[in-house]
Amino acid sequence: MEYILIIIGAIFVNNIVLSQFLGICPFLGVSKKISTAAGMSGAVLFVMTLATIVTWLIQNYILDPFNIGFLQTITFILVIASLVQMVEIILKKISPALFQALGIFLPLITTNCAVLGVAILTIQKDFNLLEGVVFAISHAIGFGLALIIFSGIREHLDLMEVPKGMRGVPIALVTAGILALAFMGFSNLV
Amino acid sequence: MNQLQNFTKGFIKENPVFILLLGLCPTLGVTTSAINGLGMGLATAFVLTMSNLVISIIKNVIPDKVRIPSFIVIIASFVTIVELVMQGFLPTLFEQLGLFIPLIVVNCIVLGRAEAFASKNTILSSIIDGLGMGLGFAFALTVLGSIREILGSGAIFGWKFIEGDGMLVFVLAPGAFIVLGYLIAVVNKMNKA
Repeated sequence: MEYILIIIGAIFVNNIVLSQFLGICPFLGVSKKISTAAGMSGAVLFVMTLATIVTWLIQNYILDPFNIGFLQTITFILVIASLVQMVEIILKKISPALFQALGIFLPLITTNCAVLGVAILTIQKDFNLLEGVVFAISHAIGFGLALIIFSGIREHLDLMEVPKGMRGVPIALVTAGILALAFMGFSNLV
Repeated sequence: MNQLQNFTKGFIKENPVFILLLGLCPTLGVTTSAINGLGMGLATAFVLTMSNLVISIIKNVIPDKVRIPSFIVIIASFVTIVELVMQGFLPTLFEQLGLFIPLIVVNCIVLGRAEAFASKNTILSSIIDGLGMGLGFAFALTVLGSIREILGSGAIFGWKFIEGDGMLVFVLAPGAFIVLGYLIAVVNKMNKA
């Protein structure tokens, strides 16, 4: 039951993009086509889960026992940056097809604040490892859901008559606002 | 380009939020009120100025291949300083900004200026660039925060001047996207005119 609450809470109620404002850069940057949006979501799912596992282990077995919690920010960002590099190298060797598919999105993920954000949130909420993994996966799914819905809307938006001053980013932001309004309907679910 | 232009470019002409569209996560996340926007903006401005300073001092020492990780470590150190100082002296603001303080590390505007400006320019112009960009960022966040606070709760900097509840939606998540969307449209119009 607890896990179901975590999953629904992370995907719908506290959607990482639309109600917590993490990962806005890729949300606006790669949402012009559904196919790239799906690729990005896959890459985020992969890295976010891995990063949460590794940072959880570091926090609980290195930072906490030695009482150096103030190094959290520096450690986590370095871990995530090197993790992304490592994933890139391993993927290139093991599964060139997947590497081709995720290719350009992987380096972009280092600066995706959603990954660091979820890693820190997992620590702040005092989850155990399994809960942390579920939390990370459902947040990544929530990210993918928002990104894919939004890119679907944007593909249609290209064909619409939009007032001159609102073309491009402004109309995209207003659309995202309306999407966030729709997601607020879930707000009392959990 | 003289130093004055270098300083003022961050406010309108190359404003990080309205024109460059960098660092949007904290922009949308913390601007529920004008004071939160200002606090976040100033914290980012401090990190931006200091990291620009340090990076422009040691730019010749860092090997080209590991420059991005080195930049990130420098930035993360200053973010940790901000985090500890804020926790000690401004606990309420620290509580409200919450997660977004450590997330200054991954704010694209900080790394962006380090890579695009501080690693190529002199120390003085890097400091001025950091200060101008940082204050431009703070300016954008304060404007956004003020508009949301006025529309959402009829107050500005906590000073209530309209009776009643206001339009709550502007304080909540959707309001952030919508207000920023219209603000960018207005700035685009102003820049063209």
